[in-house]
Amino acid sequence: MKTTLTVNGRSHQVEHDARRTLLDTIRDDLGLPGTKKGCDHGQCGACTILLNGERVNSCLCLTAMHDGDDITTIEGIGSPDRLSALQKAFVEKDGYQCGYCTPGQIMSATAMLREVSEGAPSYVSGDLDGAALTDAEMAERMSGNLCRCSAYPLIREAILMASEAET
Amino acid sequence: MSVAKPLPHDAAPLHVAGTARYVDDIPVPAGCLHLAFGMSPVAKGRVTSVDLDAVRAMPGVVAVLTAGDLPHANDVSPSAHDEPLLSDGTVHYLGQPVFVVAATSHLAARKAARAGTIDVAEETPILTVDEALAANSRFEGGPVVWTKGDPEAALEAAPHRLTGSVKIGGQEHFYLEGQAALALPQEGGDMVVHSSTQHPTEIQHKVAEAIGTPMNAVRVETRRMGGGFGGKESQGNALACACAVVASLTGKPVKMRYDRDDDMVITGKRHDFRIDYSVGYDSEGRLLAVDFTQYARCGWAQDLSLPVADRAMLHADNAYRLDAVRITSHRLKTNTQSATAYRGFGGPQGMVGIERVMDHVARVLGKDPAEVRRLNYYAEARAEGADASGGRFSAKVKGEPGKKLETGDLASRGAVEVESGPSGSRRYGGAYSPKPQGGNTTPYGMEVTDFILGDMTERLMETSGYAARRAAVAEWNEGNRLLKKGIAFSPVKFGISFTLSHLNQAGALVHVYQDGSIHLNHGGTEMGQGLNQKVAQVAASRFGVPLEWVKITATDTGKVPNTSATAASSGSDLNGMAAKAACDQIRDRMAECLAGLFQGKPSDVVFEGGEVRVGGEAMPFARAAQLAYENRVSLSATGYYRTPGLSWDRVKGAGTPFFYFAYGCAVTEVVIDTLTGENRILRADLLHDCGTSLNPALDIGQIEGGYVQGAGWLTTEELVWDDTGRLRTHAPSTYKIPACSDRPDVFNVALWDAPNRSETIYRSKAGGEPPFMLGISAWLALSDACAACGPGWPDLRAPATAEAVLAAVKRARG
Repeated sequence: MKTTLTVNGRSHQVEHDARRTLLDTIRDDLGLPGTKKGCDHGQCGACTILLNGERVNSCLCLTAMHDGDDITTIEGIGSPDRLSALQKAFVEKDGYQCGYCTPGQIMSATAMLREVSEGAPSYVSGDLDGAALTDAEMAERMSGNLCRCSAYPLIREAILMASEAET
Repeated sequence: MSVAKPLPHDAAPLHVAGTARYVDDIPVPAGCLHLAFGMSPVAKGRVTSVDLDAVRAMPGVVAVLTAGDLPHANDVSPSAHDEPLLSDGTVHYLGQPVFVVAATSHLAARKAARAGTIDVAEETPILTVDEALAANSRFEGGPVVWTKGDPEAALEAAPHRLTGSVKIGGQEHFYLEGQAALALPQEGGDMVVHSSTQHPTEIQHKVAEAIGTPMNAVRVETRRMGGGFGGKESQGNALACACAVVASLTGKPVKMRYDRDDDMVITGKRHDFRIDYSVGYDSEGRLLAVDFTQYARCGWAQDLSLPVADRAMLHADNAYRLDAVRITSHRLKTNTQSATAYRGFGGPQGMVGIERVMDHVARVLGKDPAEVRRLNYYAEARAEGADASGGRFSAKVKGEPGKKLETGDLASRGAVEVESGPSGSRRYGGAYSPKPQGGNTTPYGMEVTDFILGDMTERLMETSGYAARRAAVAEWNEGNRLLKKGIAFSPVKFGISFTLSHLNQAGALVHVYQDGSIHLNHGGTEMGQGLNQKVAQVAASRFGVPLEWVKITATDTGKVPNTSATAASSGSDLNGMAAKAACDQIRDRMAECLAGLFQGKPSDVVFEGGEVRVGGEAMPFARAAQLAYENRVSLSATGYYRTPGLSWDRVKGAGTPFFYFAYGCAVTEVVIDTLTGENRILRADLLHDCGTSLNPALDIGQIEGGYVQGAGWLTTEELVWDDTGRLRTHAPSTYKIPACSDRPDVFNVALWDAPNRSETIYRSKAGGEPPFMLGISAWLALSDACAACGPGWPDLRAPATAEAVLAAVKRARG
């Protein structure tokens, strides 16, 4: 099959098996290994990307279903010498240990901060019109991204730092 | 000085940009083959036929191998040569690799592996502790028994006695990066292997055996791991050997990466234990006699189970002086995954045993468990400065490191081949037990001279407001029928050193280039603990240059040979010292050269602030390096370190296995729902001893992460095997590790800032494993909450899942 994707602003046509996931397409066909494969089950969040601006687990997306879609991976967020505010905050707060979940955490948090600013509620929000980014909101909204090193306290500090810098 | 600073990890910008490379991210040459294992569908039996025709017919398949196709050794064991890479005709657990498929893509290999038909004449598997005991299925001839004092007489004489038992579950490592290896064939049959491993030398050794070459034909490189936690000490052998064998046979590059389910089904986990106890105590709660029986389920192959079970025995005392104690350890062989190293290496299981005893005694006496704990502490060390040099050790370094080794697998913690004794118990206690050197000795006869938990406990009790909160919890529980709170304190005393003494050595290689930049390599591996950053800090501070001038390169068996696993929390202790030794040699050579050029004394040459000062001259470090080069001074050196003062006889259970102890303590408060068993950690206060911390930011990260992972082990992480031996929890959908929302709501973490009394690198202490056991306080707090439901003994098991909590609540209600 052939599918056309826009990834980090560049258009790619990929030829693939009907059951190929976006994760495998991104890593193996497009050569962008920043998106990680942790469980391949949609449970760990290491493969989080932005699909038309929304965060998704790319291991649960079939490439064939995304013809014409716009994708942003960690490589599209910033490079080591041009980091985004969130990436800088993760460096500043040392928001990781082994680093394997980090790209997924950053992709997820990038979208999460926008969701909060747009007033999207979470499971723990008291109001359907959304809520401020409290500690409980952050814990709930980031609970889809596992960190086995359990660097959660510093991940949360980094996200908080970036959100405060934005507002 | 670059040490003792809270600097972030060295590869930080790469990690946040997704450009830090793991094995699966390395670009592979064209024509790379990918591997997948075909696995045993049953837990025990004899393989009657393996039909691989359908496998060979699958698209993309290049080769299919069974044991008979392996050209050399069929063994990936780190210890007893009892772990074939591919089944030798019998199968011993459900998931055991039987054949390996090489195909043109990862997916093609996986699909093809599923097409094989393995017929097995099934036998009844041995799965549980009781089944193993009944069948006398075990490693080593019989249980290992260590004794101090006369526990039988002391039990008899004690005014109070109780008995109990606790089941402690295992733990899946769930390193987020699964096992992976890449083999690149070289000219003349040489092999380069990239492996996600904590132990490159072990990979090198096993690969050399598998392709029939000496170790010098194999070079193993490890840039970093996406988590290890002990799961990459021996479990990477199978992938690396399979890749190297296929690469050697086909001449093509070969990669293997386990998918998550395969990883969880094939690889070993933390040992699950049952610990039975019989205790004598007085009415104050002082323990007068303890008799522990530890049953470790080791799985089908020996792997590292003997030293793991040893370490469980070595920590059966935790922080408490036991004058009359017997520890009996059964190492049971079962038809399950071969249990392996996991952060703490048996220590956590041993500690849970004695902490359960403390709670049980306190419950029966109606006392605050924290008070019973303190009553039983080892004696506090003398005031700081009285013996700050660690002078307690004899100067003797154990002389014959290889004496008992016949496996040739010298660099593995599983290396010691202890002769199996006659059947039945072997007792090393009684008349044979070591003479106590004084009153403050461990059950294995080591004097505890650096105990600081008395002071640390005092501090934590204050900062956490323990007494007031304990009263508040009791009051709150009076007013709440459905929700109950619990609070608990627990200490940690963890022994630092490999218990196989000869592993306590390390090497480093340092080059200073003529532009002043520094290249550093050491034998340790980076898995997120920040080891590279700590060792780089040591190097930067020796040369007095900014940290950015030091580059740490991938661990490489061609640069530093004969390394030990990065394990036993030893990484910075050993490699930091080795790097220091290498840097100091170069610095001394530079100083001598510059002193000659500028009419100064070598001892007066100062390396500081990026400058070198000599005889009134000051020059940039780069200029000094250039001068040294021009004057034909070698700017490259190897450094070597071995831990002094260790002597340990694991057969007798006597000696000084540890260089020092690392300490910590924790207070955790929880709440449970008595209708569902659901629970939350409300607050945790941790105080942990890293000596003079090399890097407080990294150490605090280890402490927080260790606590959460330890609490996860004892609460939500449950491994379930069905009665055919199939692991039913083989993905994160069924195996629950802590998420962001499982972190305690209030989380206060502090370092106990006092130098190590032993002479370690800048007087720091190891911090990888010890904080894991602070998580025990979360489990004890849950037990405390269950106990608030009624007068009965809740007998909470571990992990304390919601189901287990609910059952404990019912028992408490009676």
